[in-house]
Amino acid sequence: MAGRTLYDKIFDEHVVAAPEGEPTLLYVDLHLVHEVTSPQAFDGLRLNGRRVRRPERTLATADHNVPTDPPSVPVADPVSRRQLEVLEENCAEFGVTLFPRGDANQGIVHVIGPELGVSQPGMTIVCGDSHTSTHGALAALAFGIGTSEVEHVLATQTIPQQRARTMAVTVEGRLAAGVSAKDLVLAIIGRLGTGGGAGHVIEYRGEAIRALSMEGRMTVCNMSIEAGARAGLIAVDETTIEYLRGRPGVPEGPAFDEAAERWRSFVSDADAVFDAEVVIDASTLSPRVTWGTNPAQVVPLDGVVPSPEDAGSPEERDAIERALAYMGLTPGTPLREVGVDVVFIGSCTNSRLEDLRAAAAVVAGRRVAPGVRALVVPGSHRVKAAAEAEGLDRVFVAAGFEWREPGCSMCLGMNPDQLKPGQRCASTSNRNFEGRQGRGGRTHLVSPAVAAATAVAGRFAAPAEVAP
Amino acid sequence: MRPVRVVEGRAVPLGRNDVDTDQIIPSEWLKRVERTGFGRGLFSEWRDDPDFVLNRPEYAGATILLGAERFGTGSSREHAVWALLDYGFGAVVASSFGDIFANNAAKQGLLIVRLEPAALSELVALVVADPARLVAIDVERLVVEVPDAGWRHAFALDAMTRERLLQGWDDIGLSLRHEAEIAHYESRLAAETPVARLAAR
Repeated sequence: MAGRTLYDKIFDEHVVAAPEGEPTLLYVDLHLVHEVTSPQAFDGLRLNGRRVRRPERTLATADHNVPTDPPSVPVADPVSRRQLEVLEENCAEFGVTLFPRGDANQGIVHVIGPELGVSQPGMTIVCGDSHTSTHGALAALAFGIGTSEVEHVLATQTIPQQRARTMAVTVEGRLAAGVSAKDLVLAIIGRLGTGGGAGHVIEYRGEAIRALSMEGRMTVCNMSIEAGARAGLIAVDETTIEYLRGRPGVPEGPAFDEAAERWRSFVSDADAVFDAEVVIDASTLSPRVTWGTNPAQVVPLDGVVPSPEDAGSPEERDAIERALAYMGLTPGTPLREVGVDVVFIGSCTNSRLEDLRAAAAVVAGRRVAPGVRALVVPGSHRVKAAAEAEGLDRVFVAAGFEWREPGCSMCLGMNPDQLKPGQRCASTSNRNFEGRQGRGGRTHLVSPAVAAATAVAGRFAAPAEVAP
Repeated sequence: MRPVRVVEGRAVPLGRNDVDTDQIIPSEWLKRVERTGFGRGLFSEWRDDPDFVLNRPEYAGATILLGAERFGTGSSREHAVWALLDYGFGAVVASSFGDIFANNAAKQGLLIVRLEPAALSELVALVVADPARLVAIDVERLVVEVPDAGWRHAFALDAMTRERLLQGWDDIGLSLRHEAEIAHYESRLAAETPVARLAAR
């Protein structure tokens, strides 16, 4: 019998029931909840007289909607305020642990799960958010669900699932200095396209993946959904084990060693067969910038804005023309000549300590270009505190950045951090969709280091270009 | 969920690839805690353009939306499905869909029909030639029809989704038939969860 993939191992271990002709019922080890996709689900429970089956497997935080002002500043928007209150009421009524705005453990749901050690290898993790794939960096089968499914998991602690197809994305060789996990995942999405991973769970493997830190691995798994895959996975190795050691949700002493031994089994067998395989050579990659209105519309920072003439089909030509018009770009323009109005460093993709360190290293001793608004939104209070302990906040503020409170912020513009119509933004987030960061806003996805250099240069730039 | 056997009415061709859920319902609408009233937010940025297809009088009252490749990618927001239903759509026909969107649609009884690009192009051409003509999608027989043009095309739907639509079954009720198996599975799990460990600190 052929070996099993990591995906198959986790799937098999969580089968509760496999009724003939129906989806398999999988057990959910951890359900993460936030204010935006849960109110209607809790309402559904109330209407049907149901309870939360396993509050001890459910964890809530406020992230999408929270302003990034200090917690002492009230939430100005009454609709947002009401949604945050409703989360607090629901968690109190149903006995769910909640880290609300201002709490020392509050943060973006995909930042706090790993950093608190509640996301662990071999788990099934769901959340009403498509970037739940982030937790796959810890070899957990983690995927986004809709609100009806949130209600289903709250009520049953299970989810009906068809087994997905598996795809291996093997990244051989090493990334060059100055090329980050973000550049790598943007290159992968450019190669697969927005639908290339549909119906699949991707396992990222190979030398370049093994060489990434846990935070880099989270950046890669985070954007799996942008290639259409609901989940991304990376096998457990000693980097995973050492990341988890000492985290609050993880056992200590001999119990940790026991857990670690079990976690080490969450790897694909050497003879496992994937339904699809893609190989990428890391050594050829360079920093990336998106130019269009989906994450697969991406070019090297050294490149130029594409032309409709490059299109392979009439539909693609139409898509390029539409994206160019929305983005206000002319074909053939070097990306380095494109100026920006706003720089956003944050989001579940790139708001962890290493991301902030990478950006701070570029801006230390320099100034944000005149006329550019630059903001840093740490992913969580823990990230913020750790960054402040290292003095990163002072580096950013001295350079002219705003240093804000944790949340999803300008990644999706649900709080007051939004682009104005026509504003162009270099953003470390995950989606460059039309209007994503504010109505009429123009988003270019980049790494933290490129975002920082772009803030200093006032146009897209690599860190080396703004060196003193 | 109410049962869905046939969706019929006018169809409106959206004709764009990669329509993400941020376009279907922009994030400013996600602050609401209700499940109704999202129709006003449907494609709200595109609807500012008077020439946008949903603003054209000949397509008023359409119940079937014709997409293209990769309809409903991106964010998991079920609000996208609520907005389409609330606006009056009962079905979306496209050649491919975002996985989470398609799942959400199935839970809410929004019919998702996958047609290969050639068949979809024929359907769009028929609708563009005469926007008033009736299109019917039959869940029982799994066909899309344009009766006045004599056009029909079969589509596939997995047996479970089809049955759930026809019966109007509620997923939670279906899963709770397995209560004994869930309890049995849970009996093998460690008593202390990471969340409990965290909450106890």
